[in-house]
Amino acid sequence: MFQVRIHGRGGQGVVSAAEMLSVAAFEEGKHSQAVPSFGSERMGAPVVAYVRIDDKEIELREPVLEPNLLIIQDPTLFSAIDVFSGLRKDGYLLVNTTKSMEELGVDEAAEKLPAGHVAAVPATELAMRHLKRPTPNTVLLGAFTAMSDVVRIDSVFKAIERKFPGKIGDMNIAAAQAAYDAAIAD
Amino acid sequence: MLKQVEGSHAVAEAVALCRPEVISAYPITPQTHIVEDLGTMVKAGGIENCQFMLVESEFGALSACIGSSAAGARSYTATSSQGMLFMMEAVYNASGMGLPIVMTVGNRAIGAPINIWNDWGDSMSARDSGWLQLFAETNQEAVDVHIQAFKLAEELSMPVMVCMDGFILTHAYARIDIPNQAQVDEFLPPFQPRQVLDPAAPLSMGAMVGPEAFTEVRYLAHHKQLEALELIPKQAAEFEAIFGRDSGGLVKSYEAEDAETVVVTMGSVIGTMKEVLTGMREDGISIGGLTIRSFRPFPREALREALKHAKRVIVFEKSLAVGMGGIVAMNLRMALQDFPIRVHSAIGGLGGRPITRVNLRRMFEKGIQDQLEEPHFHDINMDVVNREIEREQVERRSGAIAENILHDVGVVAAAKAI
Amino acid sequence: MTQISETKQKVKFYQTGTLTAGNRLLDEEHRSVQATIDRSNSLDSGHRACQGCGEALGARFAIDAALRATNNQLIAANATGCLEVFTTPYPETAWSMPWIHSLFGNAAAVAAGIAAARKAKGGEDVRVIAQGGDGGTTDIGFGCLSGMFDRNDDVLYICYNNQAYMNTGVQRSSATPGAARTATTMPVGPEPGNDFSTGKNVPLIAMAHQIPYVATASVHDLHDLEHKVLRAMSFHGARYIEIFVPCPLGWGSKPGDTIKIARLAIESGMFPLIEAEDGEVTGVTKIRHQQPVSEYLKLQRRFAHVFKKGNETQLEALQGIADRNIKRFNLLSSVE
Repeated sequence: MFQVRIHGRGGQGVVSAAEMLSVAAFEEGKHSQAVPSFGSERMGAPVVAYVRIDDKEIELREPVLEPNLLIIQDPTLFSAIDVFSGLRKDGYLLVNTTKSMEELGVDEAAEKLPAGHVAAVPATELAMRHLKRPTPNTVLLGAFTAMSDVVRIDSVFKAIERKFPGKIGDMNIAAAQAAYDAAIAD
Repeated sequence: MLKQVEGSHAVAEAVALCRPEVISAYPITPQTHIVEDLGTMVKAGGIENCQFMLVESEFGALSACIGSSAAGARSYTATSSQGMLFMMEAVYNASGMGLPIVMTVGNRAIGAPINIWNDWGDSMSARDSGWLQLFAETNQEAVDVHIQAFKLAEELSMPVMVCMDGFILTHAYARIDIPNQAQVDEFLPPFQPRQVLDPAAPLSMGAMVGPEAFTEVRYLAHHKQLEALELIPKQAAEFEAIFGRDSGGLVKSYEAEDAETVVVTMGSVIGTMKEVLTGMREDGISIGGLTIRSFRPFPREALREALKHAKRVIVFEKSLAVGMGGIVAMNLRMALQDFPIRVHSAIGGLGGRPITRVNLRRMFEKGIQDQLEEPHFHDINMDVVNREIEREQVERRSGAIAENILHDVGVVAAAKAI
Repeated sequence: MTQISETKQKVKFYQTGTLTAGNRLLDEEHRSVQATIDRSNSLDSGHRACQGCGEALGARFAIDAALRATNNQLIAANATGCLEVFTTPYPETAWSMPWIHSLFGNAAAVAAGIAAARKAKGGEDVRVIAQGGDGGTTDIGFGCLSGMFDRNDDVLYICYNNQAYMNTGVQRSSATPGAARTATTMPVGPEPGNDFSTGKNVPLIAMAHQIPYVATASVHDLHDLEHKVLRAMSFHGARYIEIFVPCPLGWGSKPGDTIKIARLAIESGMFPLIEAEDGEVTGVTKIRHQQPVSEYLKLQRRFAHVFKKGNETQLEALQGIADRNIKRFNLLSSVE
């Protein structure tokens, strides 16, 4: 089972990211569970969402305590919440930032992970360029598909199309593609 | 057809397939997505001959269903938590009148203190009302049980609530097989009311019943639930024949057949428990699990049959009768009272407290040693509790309990830590 | 046989053009529903209302009128209260039409549900009435009532206003007038009876919802009452009629005075008779012979203390209410 924990703030599309990742897995014939960890609807409050992907039915209902993948949509959360809690030694870390892990003060946690498992992605900037909105979620998903083969980029595209039909979907796909290309290049 | 959708959306699709004629909607977390999705479907013309009513309160929501059901229309609404309490007069009225309304309950704790997360407080508050109460373990089951609920309600002429854990199921995306219209039509015939407001054959519904007959009327409501004990498995079998899935029924066993210790619960938590139980069995412990799918009617005989060989039962529930203890535990103890079985009562997950494999294993291990307190409050932080008890002993004006505790844990403490 | 010559003599029908209910001399279309031999008799004899009950009279007239307007295609939802209790004494019912009693506060919502069911089934020729007393309408039923108005459900809500919770033993409601004695507003202390600065005017509130039709009526003018019900049934959408119904038991009046008291309430200006559409007043019934409020009050023991020495301000206040109504709705004719 592959477990994902996505941290962000309300309004950044954390829950949508989880949804789309689960749909991408579904498109590949896998079982997937995505659950938001909810608060009242409020912009700016910390939000967590969980995703599980497996070849068989997923019955576990507990929060994701030992993620294989940690996506940080908002680096200001580092000081507020212990986002690294339980991150597996062979896990992946994906952070939405233009800074380096050192500059963010999380290099210690990042160094524990295998090579190629850590990425700093300027997702907000890429989103502004392609979407004209600072929503980093689809960008981060695109970047992740370059880091591992848990889901393929075309599955993520299908998930995006399902969620955002029409022009908005196209723009998101372009943003995800851009992130993928940039991650491959690194 | 297989779809990756939010639980709420799957339920909305299931309800839509049942050809509802009147849906009343009032928002309350965590069921709101269900009625939103249904509203959108109706507005877009996706549900024929259906009226979608946006009402002014939950009391209005169920009252409108009472009217529409009495007028012969298949009627549906959904609620949670505070909403259930707000409509409570109508809840008893609907079952008292024998109107086959189906209602989804997105299980959520009841305040004060206000809490939007999952536990069974809302459904429990209606357990004596005469409504049938069916609990779903997964979103697939939620879909399937809603379809069965309409048939069950109309067959018996009694309302049915389909209970699903709020957020854990309502807001979880999962792979779900949504049936097609032909299958549902084969299973669920058009609504034929036992009583209906019709100018062609006038009658008066809802008259006062005095001491001479009230007992008999109440007994008949009780009798209907006893009939349901036969009907629920029968319809589950009919469902399986058409849809190919075992969904619904009275209870479900997870290798409890020959287990010395059986953990009994309801709803979605069995999913997390299964892995723990398997692990413990691999370690040589004789333990299994059992979920109660129909809480009302309480499946006394089915439970006795399933548990008769067990030495010990651990009831794990997300509900508490304040001043008494576990509610499911109480019901089960009553059913098993002449059996030489030790029944432990564990209460956990209140107000959405996460339940983990680790803390479950710890609790089960204590249970098999018969070392659980009566009742056992799972994952409780006694330091916080004791601090508050001390506060109250020291000072008369000790402050509001909830706010005091939040200074120790929760949002306020977290804010201070930043 | 002797030929009888036809003389065309101008006959003056003294009883027409007046307010008497005598029907034999009127054309068919001017006769009241109650005068027809084949009227529905929705509220059959044998019910247990008190002698002189204004509500029983009002309900019978109103529902029979509605049945005529709908060709007997009518369903009623009734709130808990006197009407529900005296028409369905276990194990009997006085209703000869489909009727449901659910709860005290939800008649409007139940009726809305029935209307939705009819719409879903494509049978909108069957119309729906919700009815209740002032308690079930202005207080506990207020939320559902407002919701029904908001949605513009195709329901006619009829409130039988006897100005207190009568079924439970005469307690104050938000329709109880100032100074009135009830079990919870006793005529003791420095301000005997109900407080003056409280209360709700539900017809005006209904108008504020801008529903298609709002009217007030009274059991002293049964033609007018029937006319308003018939008119209401010609609209679709949310409609509200409030009928003034004296309660001899609760008001401490003689059963035989019910009609007289209702007439005096209107003629003094205490209860204005109006019609409104979409929130605007479209008509009022002018007062024929204005009466001082004291004439109305003195027939009711619930106002007996108002006439005691020292309570003059109460009488003045009540007259003031009547005067304000007269002014507000222009109830006095300039021409007799």
